[in-house]
Amino acid sequence: MATMKDFRTKNKPTWCPGCGDFTVLAALQKAVVELGLEPEQVALVSGIGCSGKISQYFNSYGFHSLHGRSLPMATGVKLANQDLTVIAAGGDGDGYGIGMGHFVHTVRRNIDITYIVMDNHIYGLTTGQTSPTSERGFRSKTSPQGAAEEPVKAVETAIVNGASFVAQAFSGDVKQMTQIFKEAISHQGFALVNCFSPCVTFNKVNTYEWFKEKLVNVDELEEYQPEDADRALRVLAETKGTVTGILYKQKRPVYHEVMSGASDVAAAKLDLRLPKEEQQALLQSFR
Amino acid sequence: MATLTWKVGGAQGEGIDSTGDIFATTLNRLGYYLFAYRHFMSLIKGGHTNYKVRVADHPVGYHGDDLDILIAFDQRTIDENAHELTEDSVLIYDSGKLKSPVIPDGVKLCPVPVTNMAKDLGSPIMKNMVAGGVSAAIVGLSADAFDSLIEERFGKKGESMVQSNKAAVRAGFEFAMERYGVLKQLPNPQPAEDGGGHLFLSGNEAVGLGALAAGCRFLAAYPITPATEIMYTALAHFPKYGGKVLQAEDEIAACIMAIGANYAGVRAMTSTSGPGLSLMQEAIGLAGISETPLVIVDVMRGGPGTGLPTKTEQSDLNELVYGSHGEIPRIVLTPSTVEECFYYTAKAFNLAEKYQCPVIVATDLYLGMSKQSVPVGAIDFEKVTIDRGELISEEELLALGPGEYRRYAVTESGISKRSIPGQKYGRFVAMSNEHDEGANEEIEDPETRVQQMAKRMRKLDAFDPSALGVEYDGSETTELTLVGFGSTRAQIGEAVKQLRENGVKVGHLQIKVVKPFPDAMVKRYLSGAERILVVENNATGQLAELIRARVGFHNKIQSCLKFSGDPFTVEEILAHCKLEQEVGM
Repeated sequence: MATMKDFRTKNKPTWCPGCGDFTVLAALQKAVVELGLEPEQVALVSGIGCSGKISQYFNSYGFHSLHGRSLPMATGVKLANQDLTVIAAGGDGDGYGIGMGHFVHTVRRNIDITYIVMDNHIYGLTTGQTSPTSERGFRSKTSPQGAAEEPVKAVETAIVNGASFVAQAFSGDVKQMTQIFKEAISHQGFALVNCFSPCVTFNKVNTYEWFKEKLVNVDELEEYQPEDADRALRVLAETKGTVTGILYKQKRPVYHEVMSGASDVAAAKLDLRLPKEEQQALLQSFR
Repeated sequence: MATLTWKVGGAQGEGIDSTGDIFATTLNRLGYYLFAYRHFMSLIKGGHTNYKVRVADHPVGYHGDDLDILIAFDQRTIDENAHELTEDSVLIYDSGKLKSPVIPDGVKLCPVPVTNMAKDLGSPIMKNMVAGGVSAAIVGLSADAFDSLIEERFGKKGESMVQSNKAAVRAGFEFAMERYGVLKQLPNPQPAEDGGGHLFLSGNEAVGLGALAAGCRFLAAYPITPATEIMYTALAHFPKYGGKVLQAEDEIAACIMAIGANYAGVRAMTSTSGPGLSLMQEAIGLAGISETPLVIVDVMRGGPGTGLPTKTEQSDLNELVYGSHGEIPRIVLTPSTVEECFYYTAKAFNLAEKYQCPVIVATDLYLGMSKQSVPVGAIDFEKVTIDRGELISEEELLALGPGEYRRYAVTESGISKRSIPGQKYGRFVAMSNEHDEGANEEIEDPETRVQQMAKRMRKLDAFDPSALGVEYDGSETTELTLVGFGSTRAQIGEAVKQLRENGVKVGHLQIKVVKPFPDAMVKRYLSGAERILVVENNATGQLAELIRARVGFHNKIQSCLKFSGDPFTVEEILAHCKLEQEVGM
């Protein structure tokens, strides 16, 4: 049985002291340990940015890929070997900016992966520019007059595009975050966990205190049923998205079980040689 | 070396392709060698499309300069193809529709009211079958030549469909037999050793089969002409063996998925054409630095931008050789025949895993979408070897213990042993950022940077491109040597043959690997040439430039270029040889 130590690497995180990403990492390590996973069974694919560094600190197989491309990368990994537990992780700029197209399509396909977005409403590693989730009017180096755009409604987008598991967590509540990660990883299908993970250096608006003041926990709402998409969308509208918990889940066919070439045997474990009679028959079809 | 050329043309949506396909497939089964070239436009209905078949008693890789028989359903077909007609050509046209067609001089005319005859038989769409019957009569085939194929193709749609199509063929056959008789002689058929016909397939299909033979079990791609057929071939044959095929949201995703799948241990690929390849450049760099195997097939088409989506060109060469940011090791293969499409694609997977880098197989529309007859044994799965390169074993990992495996260990060969996710103690993070031997980010450390960069850049030192990259036909010294890559091979070959018949001492150098460039071999074969003519389907002479950059010969090199969207004719290449000769050096 693996312990927390088994999921740690000797790399010391380069995140700023107080960064929300620390607790995301800790919660993820705790979740996989509690689920009884071994490091070699897990592949953590990350994008680029502060959040993308998480694959350096989490002791499993990993791919530190490109800005916005963690989801197609995770898709390739999962479809090559469905026996692996595949987690994709990145930031709001990474996932909802350059990666927005991949995000919607991964949701549609229902790839059996967990997608953790460390959402700090700002670009951190490039030193503080407006992100797709920054609120309208947000001032930064790239929006000195205040952002003119509406923020991306990523969680709502996931729900209306057929996501099978949608949750939000907060770096200030490791306990809830760990529990959500466990359920997301156990979920069969695409699971989005949008984590509010404050940037203590560049975002002086959306701070821990700001989130603590605003956040509503669906577990504390009366008779909240995560199977009700309409209710989930209503709560998101009422709270302007500042809500945590498992917002929505549904049962849907998992992509690798219904795609062209679906097989019980992982693609990476197949025999590569075709039987001779099959070769002959195949060539015969080209006459 | 007898040949016969036949073409059917009309508006897109009229069933031209299926007419051509039934004619060609039937002749192939009878033991003829064929080359079938499709000319089409980027629209669904209307415009002009044609399907040309060259029938020969020997393997041919080119559809021929001229036409023996043209079947025209409209005036546009006559206008657009008149340049291929000669005084010996036969023109069959729809006399019901074209009351007074404008006809080139000297051509033998065979008016046949194909549409009216088809209407009388129940459906105007069967005019194609009437035309097929007319063709059968004129070339001396029997009335039932197409019967078995009609049963195969239309059987699913019911017996009445089969019967009405057969009746249409017979109507056309009898009409033509009565009025015109046999006008053109087919060459002698050459049955395959097992008595049946040869294999008949396109370069794209051969790429798909080559991938399957090599154990590729994952393809992600985005539809794009002229590469989509590779995805179709994968869809038709991969799933039966557990192979996965995914239509991605774009080429960026397709290429990244293929990288992810390769990383996770399956042999994976993507296929695309020019604009798609441009989108993949970022991912190609990622495969290079993360040392992840990757196979990409680029079926080139006319560029730039969306350019000429349904026309052929060889203008991605610079992008293939130099594309992506930064510097990475890569291999670019340029097969020149259907057989080579099969073997080079298969080989690409071995090279990608051996050198842990991107390998691009570049073809073009002309090679990718034209179907050719190849001898049955010429495509042989048994000849494909599977070499998965330097994989670290479970035992080695267990012996190392936890945390000791170094994915990017600096080695003399530049290649480090690769673990596959799922292997105990094989943990590593494939890195897009610069990193150290243990796959840890150390981007600020110049020493590590230089070490890792140099390691990656020397991994191809062991790869000898001349082994599969160069084919030379000619003597040590020549008056003229023609150089080409990819699909122009057959036309260059035919031009060379004709020049030799006229006493010119000429050589033919075919380059089949453009990165790493086979410098030594190219230098050797070109040094004895008085004059070098580089034949390529692009406007700027990219191959000529590459040869100049790699091996020199600046004062001897001239270019024979074509970028109209059509493949070269033999005549054009010959004209260029003469032209250059007169101008002199």
